[in-house]
Amino acid sequence: MAEYSLTTPLKDVDIKKLKAGDSVSLTGTVYTARDAAHKRLVDLLDEGKPLPIPIEGQVIYYVGPSPTPPGRAIGSAGPTTSYRMDPYAPRLLDKGLKGMIGKGARNEGVVDAMKRNTAVYFAATGGAAALISRSITAAEVVAYEDLGAEAIRKLTVKNFPLIVAQDCHGANVYEEGQKKYRR
Amino acid sequence: MTVREVKAARIAEEVARLCMEANFELEDDVQKALEKAHASEESEAGREVMRQILENSQIARAERMPICQDTGLAVIFVELGQEVHITGGGFEDAINEGVRKGYTDGYLRKSSLADPVRGGNTGDNTPAVIHLTLVPGDALKLWVVPKGGGSENMSRVAMMKPADGVEGIKKFVVDNIRAAGGNPCPPIIVGVGIGGTFERCAFLAKKALLREIGSVHHDPFYAALEKELLGLVNDTGVGPMGLGGRVTALAVHIETAPRHIASFPVAMNVNCHAARHKYIEL
Repeated sequence: MAEYSLTTPLKDVDIKKLKAGDSVSLTGTVYTARDAAHKRLVDLLDEGKPLPIPIEGQVIYYVGPSPTPPGRAIGSAGPTTSYRMDPYAPRLLDKGLKGMIGKGARNEGVVDAMKRNTAVYFAATGGAAALISRSITAAEVVAYEDLGAEAIRKLTVKNFPLIVAQDCHGANVYEEGQKKYRR
Repeated sequence: MTVREVKAARIAEEVARLCMEANFELEDDVQKALEKAHASEESEAGREVMRQILENSQIARAERMPICQDTGLAVIFVELGQEVHITGGGFEDAINEGVRKGYTDGYLRKSSLADPVRGGNTGDNTPAVIHLTLVPGDALKLWVVPKGGGSENMSRVAMMKPADGVEGIKKFVVDNIRAAGGNPCPPIIVGVGIGGTFERCAFLAKKALLREIGSVHHDPFYAALEKELLGLVNDTGVGPMGLGGRVTALAVHIETAPRHIASFPVAMNVNCHAARHKYIEL
């Protein structure tokens, strides 16, 4: 398994190199969105309206952080389970989204959209939320403030430790990893 | 036995404190089980996940940060002695006041939607999910068990046929763990409820999560079944965060109740590795 350091926005040439199981240390800007924000984004696409955040080349992190205590950039901020965003993700991938960060496997519709658009799905360690918050140096709400924890935030991340869970070639770390240890 | 008075304000105060403590500090049984899992895991990716989980636990404890950003709905189990008289306010109000204060003062996430379909965050993580049992005596025992959505979503109830028997229970648990994969944040704890009615069975599965990890079931038959189920769950190879490995579950705990001759309810409640629980006797 290879190790990479990548900076956002992600480029196709970098994404193509990534194989399921590789480690990636990610630096740059990522946007947060989970269930409620995804629904609003896709509703806007349905209505032909512009989105409140740039999508092209960007990375979305599925997270609803805990409130920010005084003197910190953000509260605890680990990944939420990704399959809940499966109904929406292909629409955003077709608009140029290049990366997603979450936990757990994705469905076939997402895998197909990732292949079609050369995109990557990263897993962060679920429940390592205090540790991950150390990789986030800045956070600001940029849309849907009324959603609270589910608002869209623009995060600045530095050396965010990730694993390539599903690559743009269709390989999947969950299937391959579990097969090895199944008895 | 004389009636013992407990002030509602005291209940609120302790619930607030325990909501915060539970979210910042893992109990010893969970911490030790995670350390053991780290030491015994064979997969390299699994070991790295366990290393991060242990480092995270240390940071959360030292800096009073939530272990997980999903600080859960506040599930509260209460055993109320019938000789206890609660004064100065309502019992449920006191618990909800504690949850409100704990989740606000502790910078814990508010994940409670007032209406399940139409939404609207309650803003203070109330109402708590309260399970009250009335027992003899004058003790008030209280468990604060914040429960996250990721693992709760992988929990299931099945109304099986009596003919399905023990093999049916095994298949039900193993199939669901395999299908859940990395979603519930393994290594998990599996609470299994067997018997009762539909709703009692689900309650038993939740209650089973309260048992100390490493404790042995008092009935040797179920102690053996727990051990066998743990082996089968770990043989799925799901591993830490579903990346593949030997340790999928830290424990399987069973709770049982008498059942109807026609029914064979089985429920499994899944807890993530951040198995948060705090106990107090008031």
